[in-house]
Parts: sequence; C-alpha cells; structure tokens
Amino acid sequence: MGTNTSQHISQQFEAELQDIRSRVLAMGGLVEQQVADALNALMTGDSELARKVIIQDTQVNNMEILIDEECVQIIALRQPTAGDLRLVTAIFKTITDLERIGDEAQSIAQRALNLAVADRPKKNYRELSTLGNHARGMLRDALNAFARLDVDAALSIAKEESARDDEYEGIIRQLMTYMMEDPRSISNVMDLIWSARSIERIGDHAHNLCEYVIYLVEGTDVRHLSIEKMEEVLDRG
Amino acid sequence: MEAVKQQAAPTARAIDIGSMQRGTKLNMANEDICLQVKDFNLFYGKKQALHNINMSIAKNRVTAFIGPSGCGKSTLLRCFNRMNDLIDSVNINGEMLLDGNNLNGPSVNVADLRRQVGMVFQKPNPFPKSIYENVAYGLRLQGVNDRATLDNVVEKSLKAAALWDEVKDRLHESAMGMSGGQQQRLVIARAIAIEPEVLLLDEPASALDPLSTLKIEELIYELKDKYTIVIVTHNMQQAARVSDYTAFMYMGELIEFGATDELFTKPTKKQTEDYITGRYG
Repeated sequence: MGTNTSQHISQQFEAELQDIRSRVLAMGGLVEQQVADALNALMTGDSELARKVIIQDTQVNNMEILIDEECVQIIALRQPTAGDLRLVTAIFKTITDLERIGDEAQSIAQRALNLAVADRPKKNYRELSTLGNHARGMLRDALNAFARLDVDAALSIAKEESARDDEYEGIIRQLMTYMMEDPRSISNVMDLIWSARSIERIGDHAHNLCEYVIYLVEGTDVRHLSIEKMEEVLDRG
Repeated sequence: MEAVKQQAAPTARAIDIGSMQRGTKLNMANEDICLQVKDFNLFYGKKQALHNINMSIAKNRVTAFIGPSGCGKSTLLRCFNRMNDLIDSVNINGEMLLDGNNLNGPSVNVADLRRQVGMVFQKPNPFPKSIYENVAYGLRLQGVNDRATLDNVVEKSLKAAALWDEVKDRLHESAMGMSGGQQQRLVIARAIAIEPEVLLLDEPASALDPLSTLKIEELIYELKDKYTIVIVTHNMQQAARVSDYTAFMYMGELIEFGATDELFTKPTKKQTEDYITGRYG
C-alpha cells in the first residue's frame, strides 16, 4: 500500500511528495551524524567535536520546521488520501522524533564537554560505548527501513528494545556503585548517567520511527503494543 | 549493595487494541439493510455496463459511489428507482431488493417506487412555477389539495432542506429566480415533501459554488436521520466528508466497498488507492 509505485497524474504533487521524503532522509542523515559525533566526543573527550554538535543542533531544528511547513502545505493544497495521507502523517511524527534525537545528541555533547576536563577511567566508558553503538545501529536501521518502506526490518529493530533495556539497567547499577565507592566522583558519574539516559532515549525514538514505518506501509497503528501483539496484528511471526 | 536494590515497578500492561474504542467504527454487519443488490448485470444493447454487482445499502446511512466517468456509478444509481426503464436498449438481470422486495418485480408500480425512492439530479431542475408550488407539486399529484396540509408540508420540507429562512417571504415568487444552490435545495425539498424512504443524489453539488456545496453537504448530514441517502459524486473529498460508506466502481465493476474512513485511509485494492490518490492506473 505505502509502496505504491504508480505515478501521480499531477507531476507537481509527485514531486512534492518526493521532496518531503528526501528531506526527511536528509534530516535523518544529519541526526545520525550528530549522534555519532556526540558519542565520539563523549568517548574521546573531544570538546571541539562536542561544541560542533551543540551548534549544529539548530540545523536539525530548522529542518524540522521546514518539513513541517511543507507537510502542512501538502495537506492544505493537495488533500492527500490513503498512502499519500499516511506518508504525510508518518513524516509529521517521524520528524518530531528525529528532532528529539537531535536534542539528546546535543545533551550528550553537553555532558561530553563537562567530562572532557575530568579524569577518564576507561572502564566507565566501555559499557556506555556499547550501548551507544547499539542505539546508533537502531537509528541507522530505522532510517533505512523508512527509506525502503521495509516492514520486516522495522519489526526486527523494534524487537531489539529489550536487549537494550537490560544493557541500560546494567550501566545504571554499575555507575551507582561507583558513586557509593567514591562520593567525590558523583558529579562526573551523574554526567555519565545522564548520557546513558540520553542514549537510551535515542533507542526509544528509533523504536518509534519503526512504528511509523509500519503505519505508513501497512496502515496499521502498532504503537504501545508488545512485540508479540505487533506480529499478531501484522499477521507475521 | 542493599541500597542499590530497586523496587520492582509494576509493568504497564500491553494494550489490547481490539478492546479499545478508536472512534465509532461502522460495520455493515450491524446495519439495517435498506437496498440490496444481488448478482446484478446491466446491458446497454450489447454493451455490458454493470458487471455482477453485489452490495448492500445501509438504512439511514449515506452511501457514496465514486469512480471515473463511465464507470457505471450513475447507471447503478438510476436502477434504484428504475430510471433506466426509460431507455429502450437496457437489459438487466440479477436482483435489486428494496426492504426485501424485488423492485423490478412485475407487480411493482413504478410511480409508487419513485415515491419511495426520490431522486435529485446534477443540474437543479425546478419547475417553472412558484417556490411553493414546486414543493407542493408531488402532493398535488397525489390529489392532496387541502390548503392547510399543503402549507404545513411546504414549510416542513423547506425547513428540512435548510431553505425556509431564505424564502419564507417570497414563497409565491418563481423558483427560476433563485440561485443555483437555492434551486438545488428546493429540488431536495420537493423530493422529501412526499416523504420517500430513499434519496438518490446524482452529483447534487457539482454545478454549485463551494459555499452552496457545503450547505448541501450539511443538509445531507441532517437528512440521514430520516432517509437513506445514496450519492454519486466526482468530488472525492465530498464523498469522504458526507458518506458513511463508500463504493469505488471501475469499468462497470464494484471494486471496493466499505466504511468511508477505512476506504480513504487504508484501501485494500490497488485500483482504489490509485484512483483516490490521483495516480495512473
């Protein structure tokens, strides 16, 4: 359904829909880069890179506003229906989540700036780095699923969530122990906890993106469903 | 480590989508059926215009027929009150039931049928008479001439057609002096004056400006409490706005028929999707 390959009679409308799609992908690409840079800055203590991420967040915000406007234009002037309507609504929601991912990246970059001047015990960062890579992977796969309108991919990304939750719990527990062992570390460890929290949120937003892909292609709203229920509703699994 | 132990939070229960009320979903299975079409075929001479149509029209609902020109939607609509009888070359087979009775049956009086199933056309066609006489015409044909009864019906019908306030001071002026939108509402008032069961509307708003169109649409919404309405329209947004059920027809076949909100957000057939989104088939 969402994969309708026929052309619109109105070439202009066709072009507009293509345009918002590619803009979303461009925004996704930028957000992906922001997340990668923020994590990199956090792991390596590169404050220059962290500053760049903070400054570039404005670009992400601007893209959200721009795409939002285009979607409103399309609704007002074209009254999209069926697959086109689902594309526009899915994009509305997708860019909101992308913008929030951008905010989380900015927040990680902020923590990275704080931590750049602190001592860097390696072991604190190892698990965080794994969690970060995991979230980055989810975001990348979710954007690919959107580009290819791939429901199966979206579904399998959504499945990864529980593994990620466990990792996150583990990190928080570990960081709490550090705080108890050495109260002087609390301010640094808090920055790490906030970073872990942001990374975890990025994963949640990527999960949302997958739900929008499923809605876009199948026309079925799978938000707030367990994975089993999702598969049942979609008649898969 | 004792202090680290966290209380187990209650896990949120997964929501059972089926149990959730997501708006009021219409379902044909819960409807009273007014008109039923069974294995219906229609030929203009040798050319088959309707192919094996099967559908049910729900009572007190608005059903819209959409589809490209020449797809047979008007032809099907006209069958509901046997307007096609007037065309010599038309042949039909299959059944069409109104409240369970075959409306093409030999015992059916066509004039009675058309009293039960009223019709409004694309171009407003008021009679060259006064506004009052236009509305009273059907009753006069039935032999009703009592002034009080006629006054009563004319007022009631014009009110139902949302026209009363605009014309109450000039009921005896010619209907030909009204605007197109008013004329169309007058024709609807004329149709409902004889209290039909079903109202067939063939492109009722296509010759009207946007505001008159909205008035007609509002009227349709109000009339469905009392009547079963079937509307043919080229304007898909209009079908989406006014109808409860939508049928998409293509080349004489009924391609897809279902609740309007479903059909416009999640059509199941690619042909439907292509048509309503404006794509090449």
